[in-house]
Amino acid sequence: MDTAHTEQRRHWMAVLARASGEDIAGRLATLPPLPPHTPLRPAETGLVMVRGRAGGDGAAFNLGEMTVTRCAVRLGERVGHAYVAGRDKRQAELAALLDAALQDPAWHDALMGGVVVPLAAGQAARRDAEARRAAATKVEFLAMQTTR
Amino acid sequence: MLTPGFADPVLHAQAAFRAVLDAMSRPGRVQLAGPGLAPPAPLMRASAAVLLSLADAATPVWHDAGADADAWLRFHAGAPVATTPRDAAFVLATGAPPTLAALDAGTEEEPERGATLLIQVEAIEEGTGLRLTGPGIEHEHRLLVRGLPDGFVAAWAANRALFPRGVDVILCAWDRLAALPRTVAIAEG
Repeated sequence: MDTAHTEQRRHWMAVLARASGEDIAGRLATLPPLPPHTPLRPAETGLVMVRGRAGGDGAAFNLGEMTVTRCAVRLGERVGHAYVAGRDKRQAELAALLDAALQDPAWHDALMGGVVVPLAAGQAARRDAEARRAAATKVEFLAMQTTR
Repeated sequence: MLTPGFADPVLHAQAAFRAVLDAMSRPGRVQLAGPGLAPPAPLMRASAAVLLSLADAATPVWHDAGADADAWLRFHAGAPVATTPRDAAFVLATGAPPTLAALDAGTEEEPERGATLLIQVEAIEEGTGLRLTGPGIEHEHRLLVRGLPDGFVAAWAANRALFPRGVDVILCAWDRLAALPRTVAIAEG
């Protein structure tokens, strides 16, 4: 698998992991139904230890545990995986199914245009709005510097 | 190509664990394990069910079952694959198994670290064949094993002499399994 493909897959997996199950299902409803799939690992919820590192040369430490739901499905020859934060099993199932379908050239363009791109746009807009709200409260410490 | 593991990971793993527990506490009694499981060839249902139930990230597995089985075990059990039989906590032999002496027999302080060897055989049947005696058997239990490697009974005697160290064996034939814990004595019928 080449780097460009890995990057693309990383992108759609990230978008699907940030979208809610309802949003994904809503987008999928506008498209023709996907072919039947085999569940390889039914959606299951568990904890993963998130590790951190202070600075570039600090020792790794355990930051805390995080709830994660994972799922894997097979669609024909392709295997789709999903690891999503939280306990939304529907989201994990749909994200895994879409990951498998997106690897199929026959489905890729329709799903990218119909699901991933609109979801990514919505997420970017929300992030942007959040950044604007935060930027409006920014304090300039210039005055303090000049009076010192 | 990956195939599914246990349809219900919790209940089916518990059922397989129970089968191994019963098999270990009553050596030579045949138990059923892994109904409905579809592991890749050459894995058998019973051996696949045992590994799915017992193997995890802390137990290296060594096997001779090929790439499909390797991918399947890594994905469903999450177990690391050992490079040599001696490094493995579970050893699965679909062909000629490594000799018992080549496996980790644990230490005097920690005999529970001894490896478990799963041997896939053609058939196991109670009533005739090998004579088993020892803890868990009131007088004598007889077990017929088709496809047992040559020299197994002699190697077993050497393994039993190491007690409390030693290797435990689980014989698997399709969806049937029988255990030979390190305490059992085997004599040829």
